[in-house]
Amino acid sequence: MTIRSLFKSVFSRPLGLLSGGLLIVLYLSAIFADFIASAPTNAQDLERTYHPPTPIVWKDGGLKVPAYTLVDPSSASYERTEDQYYQLRFLGRGFEYKLLGLFKTDRHLLICDAPKGAFYLLGSDSTGRDVFSRLVFGSRVSLFIGLLGITITMVLGFLVGGLSGYFGGRTDFIAMRIVEFMMAVPGLYLLLALRAALAPHFASDQMFFVIVIILAFIGWAGTARILRGMALSIRQQAFVMAAESMGQGPLTILRKHVLPNLVSYLLVAATLSIPGYVLGEAALSFLGLGIQEPSASWGLMLSEAQNVKVFYLNFWWLLTPGVAIFLTVIAYNVFGDVLRDVVDPRSQKR
Amino acid sequence: MIAYLTRRFFALIPLLLGITGLVFLLMSLAPGDFLTPVRAQRDVSNELIQAIEQQFGLNQPWYVQYVKWLGNVVTGNLGHSWAYKMPVVDLIGQRMFATFLLSVSALVVAWGIAIPLGVLAAMYKDSIFDRISGFLAYAALSLPEFFLALLFMFFAAQSGWFPMGGATSIDYEFMSAGGQILDRIHHLILPALALGIGSVASIMRIMRANFLDAVQADYVKTARAKGLREFSVMFKHALRNAINPLVSAFGFAFSGLLSGALIVEIVLQYPGLGQLMYQSILREDQFVVLAAVMLGCTMLVVGNLIADLLLGWSDPRIRTQRKK
Repeated sequence: MTIRSLFKSVFSRPLGLLSGGLLIVLYLSAIFADFIASAPTNAQDLERTYHPPTPIVWKDGGLKVPAYTLVDPSSASYERTEDQYYQLRFLGRGFEYKLLGLFKTDRHLLICDAPKGAFYLLGSDSTGRDVFSRLVFGSRVSLFIGLLGITITMVLGFLVGGLSGYFGGRTDFIAMRIVEFMMAVPGLYLLLALRAALAPHFASDQMFFVIVIILAFIGWAGTARILRGMALSIRQQAFVMAAESMGQGPLTILRKHVLPNLVSYLLVAATLSIPGYVLGEAALSFLGLGIQEPSASWGLMLSEAQNVKVFYLNFWWLLTPGVAIFLTVIAYNVFGDVLRDVVDPRSQKR
Repeated sequence: MIAYLTRRFFALIPLLLGITGLVFLLMSLAPGDFLTPVRAQRDVSNELIQAIEQQFGLNQPWYVQYVKWLGNVVTGNLGHSWAYKMPVVDLIGQRMFATFLLSVSALVVAWGIAIPLGVLAAMYKDSIFDRISGFLAYAALSLPEFFLALLFMFFAAQSGWFPMGGATSIDYEFMSAGGQILDRIHHLILPALALGIGSVASIMRIMRANFLDAVQADYVKTARAKGLREFSVMFKHALRNAINPLVSAFGFAFSGLLSGALIVEIVLQYPGLGQLMYQSILREDQFVVLAAVMLGCTMLVVGNLIADLLLGWSDPRIRTQRKK
């Protein structure tokens, strides 16, 4: 089955369409984050902290948001100002950015006419930053860490697993002992220890790559082990022997003859393990060991919600990054399940 | 059996050597000397610092330190915690009990919910109940533990029904024995739920599949044919056979919970091993980190060992295989 017809049949199933569509929307909004967000990631407004989410209403022939006034700064309680509304504009002018990193523009999806501090789709946080904008910007980190991490893991797992399955003997023995060691170590403990050792050598804006490397370093062992088993059985096949007798080198054989036989498995395994990376990044950032302020990531935003004030005064909108993580993970899980059913109909559950 | 156990025990040693060596290497890579802040503290006496420096060779390269540390560990000395100002052995002992308690109760929660639900879902296959529980299980699998824990914190603060963090109340010491137990349970409910719900989903799905298999087996037909009541067919014949494969999953679940407890402990401020490990990494409390990593690994391996033993106990075929 070619990749194209594979995805065609995944998208023809309702669940596949739903989860795949959700993933596409999520990734598109991550790519066009500057366009969708109405404020930059770190635009603070200390007079508008913990602002509640503003509803969008239809009034006098236009989309508007109601105005709020701060009643009590100590408990951050706001009240709606009677009969005062601000106009919302599609494709209005806001902060300047480069679309896709190429075109300079200042147009945004929705922009409010008001002086600053009126339009908060999902409320504002402890320093008055727009939670919705940060959520959109944060999706860049949270979503792409999974893709990048899984690519490294799969390449590494394929090389180690494939080569040790292919050569067998001593190479295989040593590689598999290392794999077993990696699998026996509790993941989170290793994560913390690695992060503690690596962090001081990198600046905080390089943290993204440090996390990817750490997560991939922990994750490759399981893949390598399964791929080794598969390579071992493919190695017995006649076409591998034919290729060998024609004098092809092991890396060429791996790439040209073994890899095509593993593609569908790799695709399913990759889809089903991406959530692990999303969760891993979120957990690290949540513990304050991942992405650092002022950048945004979903885990980092959630760690801000870990505040007694938030708990007692019911600032529920600060928990929305958790919902975003949940949606991403469930979309990947459903998509991976559908993909597996298509690739291997026998695995379908009763 | 004893030969098997000893073999497994000796397999643990290279693993522990490897992981502690790795941690030593990693910690030596981190810049700065963790003794500097300790020396700045007035309440740590110079003699103590010098004695420990001498004992563990702290001013020598990392491999020398490692060998000295190993020598001390073998004699039962895990070092000194700079942050808590007490021997690591005592500190870990307290925390391990708390984590153990949490893991066991999470396990009870998970199995207590998952097995009845799985059986019901299989008995009423394709009913509304089956669909809903299947969907909820799927959702629970995708819910990150720390988010669930955060939601629980939120709930505890809003409702005021549960304490926010800790393993015991402030006046724990002055309670009667019964009150102390109730107090501990009260503090355990939310962390155990947060930790357990994630594994409910997977256990429930396994249980449902097993039960469906068991119901279609010949011995269930026989039981029905000889006129047993439906109740005893289901619960005496089908259920017992369906639960068997899950027994081995018990050990794995246990070892998984121990490492999974880390985040729940941190969010819900439950004073366990994971929280200790996290804080010591932040404070560069080297000996505590080492001991916690070592214990974490040991418990993981012991959990896997228990899983294997339980499997042998529940399935005689594996027992005979092992003897060969």
